[in-house]
Amino acid sequence: MRAIITVVGKDKIGIIAGITSVLSKHKVNVLDISQTILQEYFTMIMLVDLSRMEISLAELKQKLEEEGSNLGVSVRIQHEEIFQSMHRI
Amino acid sequence: MKPYEIMETIKMIEQQKLDIRTITMGISLRDCCHSDGDIARRKIYDKITRCAENLVKVGEEIELEFGIPIINKRISVTPIAIVAEACEEEDYTKFAITLDKAAKAVGVNFIGGFSALVHKGYTKGDKRLIRSIPEALNVTERVCSSVNVATTQTGINMDAVREMGEIIKETARLSADRDGLGCAKLVVFANAPEDNPFMAGAYHGVGEPECAINVGISGPGTVKSALEKNKGATFDEMAEIIKKTAFKITRVGQLVAREASRRLNVPFGIVDLSLAPTPAVGDSVAHILEEMGLESCGTHGTTAALAMLNDAVKKGGIMASSHVGGLSGAFIPVSEDAGMIEAVEKGSLSLEKLEAMTCVCSVGLDMIAVPGDTPAETIAAIIADEAAIGVINSKTTAVRIIPAPGKKVGDYVEFGGLLGRAPVMAVSSFSSKDFIMRGGRIPAPVHSMKNSGISSSG
Repeated sequence: MRAIITVVGKDKIGIIAGITSVLSKHKVNVLDISQTILQEYFTMIMLVDLSRMEISLAELKQKLEEEGSNLGVSVRIQHEEIFQSMHRI
Repeated sequence: MKPYEIMETIKMIEQQKLDIRTITMGISLRDCCHSDGDIARRKIYDKITRCAENLVKVGEEIELEFGIPIINKRISVTPIAIVAEACEEEDYTKFAITLDKAAKAVGVNFIGGFSALVHKGYTKGDKRLIRSIPEALNVTERVCSSVNVATTQTGINMDAVREMGEIIKETARLSADRDGLGCAKLVVFANAPEDNPFMAGAYHGVGEPECAINVGISGPGTVKSALEKNKGATFDEMAEIIKKTAFKITRVGQLVAREASRRLNVPFGIVDLSLAPTPAVGDSVAHILEEMGLESCGTHGTTAALAMLNDAVKKGGIMASSHVGGLSGAFIPVSEDAGMIEAVEKGSLSLEKLEAMTCVCSVGLDMIAVPGDTPAETIAAIIADEAAIGVINSKTTAVRIIPAPGKKVGDYVEFGGLLGRAPVMAVSSFSSKDFIMRGGRIPAPVHSMKNSGISSSG
């Protein structure tokens, strides 16, 4: 399954490193990554592939949220299909 | 995907409270009839727990993977009056207890279908079921009951209307220690839809398949927020904004319905295109109407605002889902909508205005508390008025009314959770007794002469 990870918060050093280290540790492959400033917030959006992931999605979600709270940003992971369903006909 | 689109979806979910209100599994119990009530109940329990074994688990998986809250997982079943009829028991309360146990076993918070369809007349099973309603709702926690008393095709069964006035009073009396909570689980319908996923009126109609997944969406907050961003828009522009928002919301509903259907290996039934409010701030249909420029919901203009909202939601949603059904439209339950409660408190929203609003939206008088001393005939007359609106306009209408024991106008009933709290509203003090006591049926309207089937709903 492919998922979208979104990271939103105040910009600081180490956000990308922190998040990607959690992903690489659990064999989650990053397919695409973009970052932008939306309404004064640092916003990072990653497309990831979970097919080789070695833990459950619930565990990955928890680990990402823990890392996010260390970095002072909010992190979400969602199946890419919810975005495609809503915005593409 | 574009970043702003991704962030828009996330904002809709997190800030504007977009959610899937319910995944409801409809289960046919037609193969559970038996002349021995105990055997019938065992078959019912076994079938529900077998079919819905994974319902809650799958709902939670979808919630986790897609990051969209799914508030309720529920079950609707074949009207129990049909299933229980083969047995000779007079009291069907034991069937309700079985449904309650099955609901608890699979972990759903409501099970609908302690129901009877009597729009043209009663069978013996219908009679027994209706008489069992007060006790059944008193001794169970999760069972919901509904009775269809009218359709556009058949007219209004005024005997059933009269009896439901009494049943509602008795249901309130038995649950007096809980502010008449039993009545919050009881709906009287005209043109009841067979595939409605929303409680308390959900049941699995006789034209439905063995098992089906029906999904009810929500999202008043997203519509309000979209209108807020476009202050001063004309009606044409507002209608477009609502349609686009409804389309997006419904697409999520369609996705969840499809996934739930695939994972449970149960056919997808319908998506119910609904704006279903909750008592939470920011999740109110009344506040959408106020955002359109009305000082307080219920003032002049409210019916027009609701008509436009309801129509635009349907237009936007229709293309987003392969099958649309259920109630579809804006819901206006008083106790479950913070804005409606405020409007009643301020004196801008009355029962009469709510009745007018039910002419143009998808439901009826919903979650309305009235004084405890309201006569049964007055409640029956309120039901008759709503049924007439439904029958003449070929739409679903319903009455879910709570004559709150011991309460007067200005008092409150407190149910908590999704059922919320309701200020007690005034009813007319003039009697409808002689009208209600006539009995018989109000004939079907002239435009019913189309041979168009068992029921029509809008």
